[in-house]
Amino acid sequence: MSSRLSRAEALALYERNDLLSLAQRARAVKEQKSGRKVFYRINRHINLTNICSSNCPLCAFQCRAGDRLGYVLERDDIAKILEEARSVEGLSEIHIVSALHPTKPFEYYVDVIRQVRCALPTVEIQAFTPVEIINFVRLTGASIEQILRTLIDAGLDGLPGGGAEILSDRVRSIICPRKATADEWLDVMRTAHRLKLKTNASMMYGHVETVEERIDHLIRLRALQDETGGFQSMLLFPFHPANTELGKKFDLKPVGAWENLKMLALTRLMLDNFDHIKAFWIMLTLPIAQLALAFGADDLDGTLGRERIINAAGSTEGTSITRSKLERLIREAGYEPTLRGVV
Amino acid sequence: MFGEYNAIEKKILSGERLDRADGIKLFECRSLTWLGALADHVRREKCGDYVYYNVNCHVNLTNMCVSQCKFCAFGRAAEARGAYAMTIDQAIAVVEDALNDPNMSGLHIVSGLHPTWTFDDYLSIVRALHERFPQLYIKGFTGVELTHFAKISARSLEDILTDLKSAGLQAIAGGGAEILSDRVRNLLCPKKATADEWLEAARVAHRLGIKSNASMLYGHIETLEERVDHLIRLRNLQDETHGFQTFICFPFLPKNTALEREIKQTSMWDDLRTMAVSRLMLDNFDHIKAYWVMLTVPVAQVALSFGANDIDGTIHKETILHDAGATSPTGLTEDAIIGLIREVGRIPAACDCNYNVLRIL
Repeated sequence: MSSRLSRAEALALYERNDLLSLAQRARAVKEQKSGRKVFYRINRHINLTNICSSNCPLCAFQCRAGDRLGYVLERDDIAKILEEARSVEGLSEIHIVSALHPTKPFEYYVDVIRQVRCALPTVEIQAFTPVEIINFVRLTGASIEQILRTLIDAGLDGLPGGGAEILSDRVRSIICPRKATADEWLDVMRTAHRLKLKTNASMMYGHVETVEERIDHLIRLRALQDETGGFQSMLLFPFHPANTELGKKFDLKPVGAWENLKMLALTRLMLDNFDHIKAFWIMLTLPIAQLALAFGADDLDGTLGRERIINAAGSTEGTSITRSKLERLIREAGYEPTLRGVV
Repeated sequence: MFGEYNAIEKKILSGERLDRADGIKLFECRSLTWLGALADHVRREKCGDYVYYNVNCHVNLTNMCVSQCKFCAFGRAAEARGAYAMTIDQAIAVVEDALNDPNMSGLHIVSGLHPTWTFDDYLSIVRALHERFPQLYIKGFTGVELTHFAKISARSLEDILTDLKSAGLQAIAGGGAEILSDRVRNLLCPKKATADEWLEAARVAHRLGIKSNASMLYGHIETLEERVDHLIRLRNLQDETHGFQTFICFPFLPKNTALEREIKQTSMWDDLRTMAVSRLMLDNFDHIKAYWVMLTVPVAQVALSFGANDIDGTIHKETILHDAGATSPTGLTEDAIIGLIREVGRIPAACDCNYNVLRIL
């Protein structure tokens, strides 16, 4: 049980396709790490803009400058959202992920963090994936470290885990050719961990990647975690093909429930040095996210409040959920709902 | 697995029959994957790796119904909005439309208890469909409909079934069992066949060599004990006749029913648990069906590792449960079904209503 899975062993487990024995092993690991607890938080997602210079074929959220559907949140818009957020009882996290706007300067983003910090002094601010951080590097010519230090000074607490997709440059050249490379993504995380930022990690699968590339992705994350110990949790994103260029071009179908649960259990087993695995309900759907608790997940993310990115790609789950509903799902699975509060 | 469950696990692995207390314990068990793994083990031993499905078409002759069950969103009074009753030609047209799929192999016919139709009205539709489409198998009529036919015609179940068989009926549908408890039936569906009557219809069919299916509608007002007792009643009859082919779990869909306000829809957790316990309790059933219309396609797929070895069929156009707010599509293509089964690593087997395999893919 304690010995680490190798690449070959992980592939063999994948091929064997014995879903329930995988699940039982993954659940045992989950219970070793977090006992009966399942975590969730009251959080609010803010997507600052959908106008993007990266135009990744995998994305249904982005649009080009000049597009009728394009938007950018300005200071007043954000103030309104924060005003609303202040009245949410137990709010512990503001989560900001956005497109790579072609003309907004780095200062705009720093100001946003400052504004959030000022309005909500004790809330955890988790903002900007490594892909966005690399965009700031490209915009300013500053180093990753300089960018992160500036954001930390403004009030940043951590980075979300998105943008990892599959950490393979072959895959990235097809699904997101213009954004951060695999090495750049890992570099941002390495630097963030050195600066004591908390971050998550992720994998987006179910498009053009091979199973071997999924396993290699997990191994790269595990290796960096050995080095830094800075990843808090891992999220799996099954690719939602609706409304994406990639989906159309390769005629991709959504990943099945079976495959999602299998990947979750396998990820729990591979990432032996990660404390938490999140079942991100908006992508998995609520029923599958609940079931994920029997397959190694120990965190249901949060209440979200108006998530827009995944919703644009045809998610049918709505954009937020109540606390009591999340708690009921967790209790029914035999676990104890554990609210992540303000630290 | 922990203490008290060791004994149950041992019984299951040695093929020993589970009793009522074991069944209740299993329903109370929080370790869903342990339950699933045991059900999957039993499935593998009993049924192998085929997953059966039908390329079929549902024909619901009428939604006019004198029974007015509280859990139903399909049946309605003759004068109500949306009430319909098909003529023979209309029934034929539904089937013609479904025959656009060259692999279409059979019909599933269940309907309301029409206030004025005679048994001959139902019978003549079966006969007409069989004459027009002799290549298609016909499965149809639940124990509730058969009991109704016997009452309105004042004839025996034996006569009714003999007539249907000679008109072309090859198997009986599994619906209408609901929960085989008169407490529950008196509260939800007092006007239709009692528990004993439903079982008697199956018994007579089996005696005449007509196979039938069984089912359970759960997730409304029944207790877990009543679910277990229901399974045991089916198992007892199966010991006696061996005429049941498959067992189908129906999670109750409350939308648009009289229970909509008081009952919440079951969770996937309950659906998979119920599937697994059913596989474990019904040790004398060859097949367990994951009915995707009610479970939704993702849950039905996962249910294939919780004891199920049948995923129903393409259906063409489902109406009964879509009236109750089912969010699944009204039909699936055969390719979609094959894809679901292959992803699970099992072998798709198209079959007729009596599990004769037509094609292995």
